[in-house]
Amino acid sequence: MTERKIVDGKGSFCPGPLMELIVALKHSQVGDELEVLSTDKGSADDIPEWVRRVGHDYVSTTENDGVWHIVVRKTK
Amino acid sequence: MVGQKICVVVISGTLERLQAAAMLASVAAVSGQEVRVFLSMNALPHFIKGSTAEAPHEGPMGDLMKARNVPEFKMLFEQAIELGDARLYPCSMAMDVLGIGSEQLEDYLGEATGLSRLLTEVQDGQVWTF
Repeated sequence: MTERKIVDGKGSFCPGPLMELIVALKHSQVGDELEVLSTDKGSADDIPEWVRRVGHDYVSTTENDGVWHIVVRKTK
Repeated sequence: MVGQKICVVVISGTLERLQAAAMLASVAAVSGQEVRVFLSMNALPHFIKGSTAEAPHEGPMGDLMKARNVPEFKMLFEQAIELGDARLYPCSMAMDVLGIGSEQLEDYLGEATGLSRLLTEVQDGQVWTF
């Protein structure tokens, strides 16, 4: 079963939200989706780049009221 | 995995440089790169156990970072070790000058390292100096 976990990185600056995502990925199962919340635009741009570099699946980014939602699927 | 080994040489003890070095080390480590950090000169005293001295700011970015919720540089270095293949080495010369031993430094630091060892480490990697 896949589940979507929320990783709340709001209020933190680069690379805070990315590091929180990585900790959450460690505690997730392959196939799980994680949704990172970030108020830092730089992290919203950089997290998809990290995801591509290391080979997880980048699903989507949406922005709502100054909060970016970056969805990632764990592949390994 | 991705990328090559990087060696980060931190000489400055200012907040901006320590922060930039810690950001680079942590993101490279969690991207699967081997990271070796060499701490010398004014950078090393920040890694003495119980050190509470605040890193001096070089300019306005340092002041701004303090006021915002920027991850603390020592925490980022620890995360680099914990979540990736990063090692931090104290410079043996700086330790001699400070008159300290390994037991007085943070537990997550590796063994005292001299220049010959550093030169061996950097042979097959990129070198970044802060």
